[in-house]
Amino acid sequence: MEENTDDRFLGEYPMILLSSGIYKTELSKKFENRKKWVAKDPKKIYTVIPGTIIDVLVKPGQVVKKGEIILILESMKMQNQIIMPFDGKIKTIFVKADEKVPREYLMIELA
Amino acid sequence: MNLMSLKRNIQDLRKRKIEIQKGGGDAAIEKQVAMGKLTARERILAILDENSFHEYDLFAEHLARDFDMEKKVLHGDGVVTGTGTIYGSPVCIYAQDFTVAGGSLGLMHAQKITKIMDHSLKMRVPLIGINDSGGARIQEGVNSLAGYGEIFFRNTLASGVIPQISVILGPCAGGAVYSPALTDFVFVVENISKMFITGPNVIKTVLGEEISMEELGGARVHCEIAGNAHFYAKTEVECFDQIKKLIAYIPHNNKEKAKKIESKEPLKKYKIEDIVPSDSKYPYDIKDIIRSITDGSEFFEVMELYAQNIVIGFARMAGETCGFVANQPKVLAGVLDCDSSDKAARFIRYCDAFNIPIITLEDMPGYLPGVDQEHMGVIRHGAKILYSYSEATVPKITVIIRKAYGGGYIAMNSRHLRADFVFAWPTAEIAVMGPEGAANIVFSKEISTAENPEEMRKIKIQEYKEKFANPYVAAGRGYVDQVIEPEETRSMLLHALSVSANKSVSMPQKKHGIPPF
Repeated sequence: MEENTDDRFLGEYPMILLSSGIYKTELSKKFENRKKWVAKDPKKIYTVIPGTIIDVLVKPGQVVKKGEIILILESMKMQNQIIMPFDGKIKTIFVKADEKVPREYLMIELA
Repeated sequence: MNLMSLKRNIQDLRKRKIEIQKGGGDAAIEKQVAMGKLTARERILAILDENSFHEYDLFAEHLARDFDMEKKVLHGDGVVTGTGTIYGSPVCIYAQDFTVAGGSLGLMHAQKITKIMDHSLKMRVPLIGINDSGGARIQEGVNSLAGYGEIFFRNTLASGVIPQISVILGPCAGGAVYSPALTDFVFVVENISKMFITGPNVIKTVLGEEISMEELGGARVHCEIAGNAHFYAKTEVECFDQIKKLIAYIPHNNKEKAKKIESKEPLKKYKIEDIVPSDSKYPYDIKDIIRSITDGSEFFEVMELYAQNIVIGFARMAGETCGFVANQPKVLAGVLDCDSSDKAARFIRYCDAFNIPIITLEDMPGYLPGVDQEHMGVIRHGAKILYSYSEATVPKITVIIRKAYGGGYIAMNSRHLRADFVFAWPTAEIAVMGPEGAANIVFSKEISTAENPEEMRKIKIQEYKEKFANPYVAAGRGYVDQVIEPEETRSMLLHALSVSANKSVSMPQKKHGIPPF
C-alpha cells in the first residue's frame, strides 16, 4: 500500500458541487443511482399501482369528458377507476383487458 | 409636565408610528401588491378579530454594523409582531414584512419573533407565524443564523404545548424552512408560497436539472408531493379562512379541550347504508361515510392533497372536536404505504398531544407491495402508525367497515394497540390475508391434488371467504366489541365518546420514546 498522500486523495475521490463550494467525497450508491427529474407529461396516463387491467372503457379517437372513467385496474383487492384528468381525446391505448401491468406503466396517451 | 408638552409628545409618538407602519415605503409596497400579495399588517388584520391586534416592538432597530448597514433604517427590522384574538380567543402572531429589506432575517428581527414566541408559550396561546422573507440577512452573518437557531429551538420547546401554525406567503428558503417544518400546520397559497432548501439555480448548476421555482417548491408541490404543507388555498383570503377554521376546531393548549359547540345531526343526504358497494372490490368515497356520521356532516380535512389513500381531519361529534383517520378505498384501494403512514402517524400524535379523541374508520386491504416501497423503508414508515396509536392515551375508537387484513389490521388502531372500542359492520372482513392468497396456502394440498385444481381453488376461496372474511371470528375473541348495523355507527360512537370522557391510563415513566422517525 502506498502512503496516503493528498494527491492520491484527489485522484480517487469524485467531486460534488454544493451551494457552499466544490468538495471531494465518496458518493453514496443512492446518490449515484438517483433518477433525474423530468417534468410529467399530463397527456400520458401511467399506473400508480401494479395490477391487472379489468376493462378499457374508451377507444382511440374517442372524445372524453373530465371525470369519466376510462379504465379499470384491479389491484389490492379493489377495482380502481382510472379517471379522465381533463376534457380531451384518446390518442393511443397501450393496454388491454386481463393484462398484468407494473407500476409507472404507460396505459393511455391523450391527444 | 404641562398639557401642551404632553400633547406635543403624543403628536410626536403618532408621527413616529405612522412613519414606521409604512414598512418599506410606498415603492416597496407597490411591488408587494404587484406580486399579488398583501402587506404584513394587512395579513395580520385579516386573520385576527376586528380591532383586536396589538403590536409590540414597533420601534425596534436593526443591529447590523458591517457593510455600511448602520446608516440604513429598517422599519421594525422587517417583522411585525403582536397579540390579538380569533373568535375571541387570544393568539400570538408575527408577520415578516417583505417590503423591508426583503423581509430578511437579522438578529433584532429574530429577537422580535422569539419574544412573541416566548409569550405564546408562557401564556399558553396559539402561535401564528407568517413567513415572507428572502432569507438570512447576509450582512449580519452568523448573527442571522443564531437568530434562526433561537426560533427553531423555541418551536421545538413549544411543540405539543401550544398549537403552532406557519403561513407561507412568499419565499421561505434555505434554513428558514425549518421553522415551518417544526410547527404543527403549514398553510400555503398558489403562486405565492415558495419553499425550498436550495433554489432552482443551485440545482441547475449542481445536478443539471432544470426546474421552475413553482415546480420545485410551489404550494401544490408541498401539498401533493413533498407533504411539507397541510392546507392549500388559491388566495390569501381563502388561506386566512382556513386558519380561522382550524383555530376554532383545536384546543389552544395541551391542558385544554377544544371549545364545545352545539351538537347537530348529520345532513339527511348522506345515507350511510347507501355509500358502501356490496362487492368489496368496488371503491367508494370514505369522506361520504365521515360526513354521514359527523355533526352537520362537516369535515375539516388536513393534508387533503397528500397521500390521498388515507384521509385525516377534524370534525365534531355532539359538539366536541374529534380527529378522524380513515382509509380511502377510492385512492390506491386505500392501502397503507410510506406516505400515508407518515401522514396518519403525525396526525395521531397531534390529536394525542392536544386531548382530541381519535376515530378510526377502517377499510384497508394491506400494505402496498413493490420494490420501491420496500426500498423507501415502508417497514420503518409503517411502524410509525403502530407507534403513534400505541402511545396515544386519548379515547381511541375504531369502526371496521370492510377490509381489515394482515399487518394493516393491527396498525389501524386495533384492540391489540389498546383501542378503547372496536366496532365492525357486518360487511367487515377481518383476516390475516385476503381469501385468494390464504386459500392458496391453507388448501394448497387439496388444490394441487384435485382433479380440477382451478375448480377446487374457487371452491376453497369461497369456503375461506365464508369462514374467515367476516367480523365474527374477531368478535368471537373479543377483538371486536360489537358488530353493528351501519345506521348505528353515529350513536355507537357518541356513546363510546361519552363513556371515554374521563379516560385515564398510565404509561411507563420515561424521558421520551424513540419513534421510528
